[in-house]
Amino acid sequence: MIPEIGHFALILALLLAIAQSVFSLGGAARGHAGWMAAGRSAVVGQCVFVAVAFGALVHAFVQRDFSVLYVAMNSNSQLPVYFRVAAVWGAHEGSLLLWSLCLAAWSLAVTGFSTSLDAPFRSRVIGILGLISIGFQLFMLTTSNPFERLVPAAAEGQDLNPLLQDFALTVHPPILYLGYVGFAVAFAFACATLLEGRLDAAWARWTRPWTLAAWLFLTIGIALGSWWAYYELGWGGWWFWDPVENASFMPWLAGTALIHSLAVTEKRGLFKSWTLLLAVSAFSLSLLGTFLVRSGVLISVHAFATDPARGIFILGFLTAVIGGALILYAWRAPRLKSAAGFEATSRETFLLFNNVFLIAALGLILLGTLYPLFMDALELGKISVGPPYFELVFLVPMLPLLALIGVGMHAAWKRGLLGSARNRLLIIAGSAIAAALVIGAAGFGEIRPLTTIGFALALWVMATSIAIPVGRLRARLPIPGAVLGMVIAHFGLGLTTLGITGVQSFKVEKDVALAVGDAATVADYDFRLTALRDVQGPNFVGVEADVVVSRAGEPITTLHPQKRLYNSGGNPMTEAGIEVGAARDLFAALGDDLGQGRWSLRLQYKPLIRYIWLGALLIALGGGLAALDRRYRRSAEARAAAAVSTATARAP
Amino acid sequence: MRPRRKRLLAVTAIVAGVAAATTLAMLAFEDNLLYFYNPTQVHAGEAPTDRMFRIGGMVTEGSVQRTEGTLKIRFVVTDYKESIPVNYEGLLPDLFREGQGVIAHGRLSDSGEFVAHEVLAKHDENYMPPEVAESLHLPTPARPST
Repeated sequence: MIPEIGHFALILALLLAIAQSVFSLGGAARGHAGWMAAGRSAVVGQCVFVAVAFGALVHAFVQRDFSVLYVAMNSNSQLPVYFRVAAVWGAHEGSLLLWSLCLAAWSLAVTGFSTSLDAPFRSRVIGILGLISIGFQLFMLTTSNPFERLVPAAAEGQDLNPLLQDFALTVHPPILYLGYVGFAVAFAFACATLLEGRLDAAWARWTRPWTLAAWLFLTIGIALGSWWAYYELGWGGWWFWDPVENASFMPWLAGTALIHSLAVTEKRGLFKSWTLLLAVSAFSLSLLGTFLVRSGVLISVHAFATDPARGIFILGFLTAVIGGALILYAWRAPRLKSAAGFEATSRETFLLFNNVFLIAALGLILLGTLYPLFMDALELGKISVGPPYFELVFLVPMLPLLALIGVGMHAAWKRGLLGSARNRLLIIAGSAIAAALVIGAAGFGEIRPLTTIGFALALWVMATSIAIPVGRLRARLPIPGAVLGMVIAHFGLGLTTLGITGVQSFKVEKDVALAVGDAATVADYDFRLTALRDVQGPNFVGVEADVVVSRAGEPITTLHPQKRLYNSGGNPMTEAGIEVGAARDLFAALGDDLGQGRWSLRLQYKPLIRYIWLGALLIALGGGLAALDRRYRRSAEARAAAAVSTATARAP
Repeated sequence: MRPRRKRLLAVTAIVAGVAAATTLAMLAFEDNLLYFYNPTQVHAGEAPTDRMFRIGGMVTEGSVQRTEGTLKIRFVVTDYKESIPVNYEGLLPDLFREGQGVIAHGRLSDSGEFVAHEVLAKHDENYMPPEVAESLHLPTPARPST
């Protein structure tokens, strides 16, 4: 009964989404206040019914209702309740429902916080969000219904993929989706602007906090995914350039370009149509990412052949959203004129380069991700593009980008780099290079060109970031939230760069065969296998090893890697044993029984790896602080007055 | 700076960026493409001998031989028409098992054996890698991985 209520709620949500778009867009076009109000009410109703549907699916999982196909496919009676709830978004159908719920929540938030926008514009934004909702709900109801019954009911479920039975991966999809879907708001703002054919500083000011919020969720989501891959996939890598990862990284790159371009549009009224195009791209890439990962197209292009309806719907939906937005853009964007100049060393120039480098990296990653799919679809052979390609094409634009960040932050709008700032930056650059050489030589006993460049850029970005609040405090200037956010985010980027350089330059990995009592040496740490024992979990059995790590005779820690076999059957799972440290991680993963009492183990020394994720968290924190900047919360009148003053003052 | 010069600067920057990116991509792309071959194609001599590629198929039942107590392993990959012996030293993915699909990265040795430097586990327990499924002419599973 409950699943039918969920199904029915989904149908009602679809009808309300239709009402939301028709009344909002129609009301805005005709200037009818009543219709626009009806559109806003529909948002609330839609959100409620999607939540009811989602609740019904959660209920089915918690109650182990194996008469629902999706529940039977993705959970098991032995699965702990926490993972049964997380299993809701463990596969395609439930992910779409979660996506819909995120979209409904964002729509509700936009409706609630946009009272100061002029009514027709607000309604157009709501109407476009409604159109996206229609697409998703129609997709679910016609091809991917999570409430489909299984007749007769299964006695037992198949279980959630054991890889997904983990904390980080239970929170990873919802956070990632909040990011993906958040770009829908920027997209809706961009389309509404194009419909109205005018763009002012208030538009950019309105879009910025929403975009920042979406981007910060996406940042956290990607970092969680990377962290999970590191400890749960079992082999200690933190980024594989897998299409699944690229699918979330590409919208992030577009979103990063967007928040920087928005800054220019807000402060200086420049890059207007480019900003709109980025807003459209960021959301289009989010849609592409969702479908790439969840539709099965990555597993096989020909998977669509088994379920053509799904493939055709996805292609149609992508075409409608992306094509529609681009046609609107081509039609209306020429009306938006930017009329202002700027100096070659002004902040505008640096932000322009930021966009060029980010988009270059994005384009090359997109090529590497989609090319194998096209080749396969056209029957031109099966290929894959290896990580060395992605590493090269990502690194080459990122190195100059990191170098320019430090200067760009200190450049003034319009006028360019001031003399005093120039001297300060030269001192920082010199110190960063010297410190990088020292770290390489003293910390790791070696000086290598790429490592030195990496460390120097990391320190450069961090030091130039800190120099901003220091300089402001010295000059007794206030530090607004937006400036603090920028500084923390860039500092975080430097920290991530530091971590990546450290781990990629100096990691040591060794596969060894050890019997109890044997030891192996990895980067002057001794890993000794001291015991093997059987363990029993709630829904698995396994073997656990004790690996005592010592350095120069001093014991440091004992690692407990496990090999698990889940009761629902299938393949074994590797749970790594990791000792976390500020300077390095020590990592042991248990392989197989090799005979003669020996087991295979992968032992690793991972210097500075924690800073990759710590930096990402700071990047997200910076985004959050910037989004909460006071100027976004002033009333409409104050905003209009402020627009005049900030345009003339030396802006942060 | 006048608007025209500004536009010139912007256009130059973008053109230079795109040109650099394209050159880079062309150079990096060709070197890093990994082609996939099944054992029949390898036997027919279609696979390259001078560069790495991927091989895939089923691990033949009873073909896995370990050198006791070491990381050395030898197994046979088959597409039920032809078979190729594969040598590997290292940790195997959790999903490696006799009678299941496998993909290995590596190159052909002079003796016609495949020397793998990586054995892949990109598939979950419910299906085999799509390349393998298609080279065996099995229906491709529709269920996504994560």
